[in-house]
Amino acid sequence: MPSCKDFLRELSDYLDECLDPSTRQELDRHVQECPSCWVVLDTTKRTLKIYKGCEPQAVPTDLEDRLMAALQKRMAEKKSPS
Amino acid sequence: MTDTEPPSDEQLVDLARNGDDGAFSELVKRYNRRILRVARNITNNAEDSEDVLQETFLKAYTHLDRFEGHSKFYTWLVRIAMNEALMKLRKRKTGKVVSLDEELSTGDDTVTREIAVWDGNPEDQFSQHELRELLDQTVSSLPDGFRTVFILRDVEELSTEETADMLGLSIPAVKSRLLRARLQLREKLTRVFKKKGENAFAFL
Ligand SMILES: [Zn+2]
Repeated sequence: MPSCKDFLRELSDYLDECLDPSTRQELDRHVQECPSCWVVLDTTKRTLKIYKGCEPQAVPTDLEDRLMAALQKRMAEKKSPS
Repeated sequence: MTDTEPPSDEQLVDLARNGDDGAFSELVKRYNRRILRVARNITNNAEDSEDVLQETFLKAYTHLDRFEGHSKFYTWLVRIAMNEALMKLRKRKTGKVVSLDEELSTGDDTVTREIAVWDGNPEDQFSQHELRELLDQTVSSLPDGFRTVFILRDVEELSTEETADMLGLSIPAVKSRLLRARLQLREKLTRVFKKKGENAFAFL
């Protein structure tokens, strides 16, 4: 039976589903019987979920304008190399 | 290409390579906000991240013929942005240690002091704006070596191999840093989101 420390050590691979089936089964069993590891697993899952679900902020208009202007300059240089 | 479906990245890259600058601008519009986020998250500096954003797309435009299509276009862009961002980060930290390629020792590497369930769904309790602010501030508090790995793996969703390759780290190093980054973020967010949490933003 893995300990809590073992569970934590494997937590990333457990979440990324890259453990061999027998290790995974042992950890499944641990987490069913250990409330603290269950909470750590649940809150880590939710941590990843909100990071992945967070839409990036729009690029501020003035910054986007500067970017497009710099790009257009580069495009013009490419078309007519001096 | 049909009227209803937007062109794929591959189609736009093909067009851009054949001199269609409008197609390249389309790619910029498609990805500029994500590249700015990577730049911000890695450099932790507003001015640097704006430079990184611009440099990334200028380099991508200039070297588009070097993109070989082995990876996704976005992964290729992130690689350019990472190189630029890491250079900025190192420049800012001259004299200080940038611990990107050395082993990070944190003593107890799997800290779980906060064991508390969360109070409902943070997505329902905070606005997108508040949540984004909170997530950004939290991730920016991680050590550079953890933050970079977390951003590439869990935010940009690159593979362990791509992340290792981009940062010049071994696969075990990426995995161990990712685990510690995830646990540290979990710890910090739990302090905010746990049940009966009063003064939720106090830790910032
Ligand atoms: Zn346990």
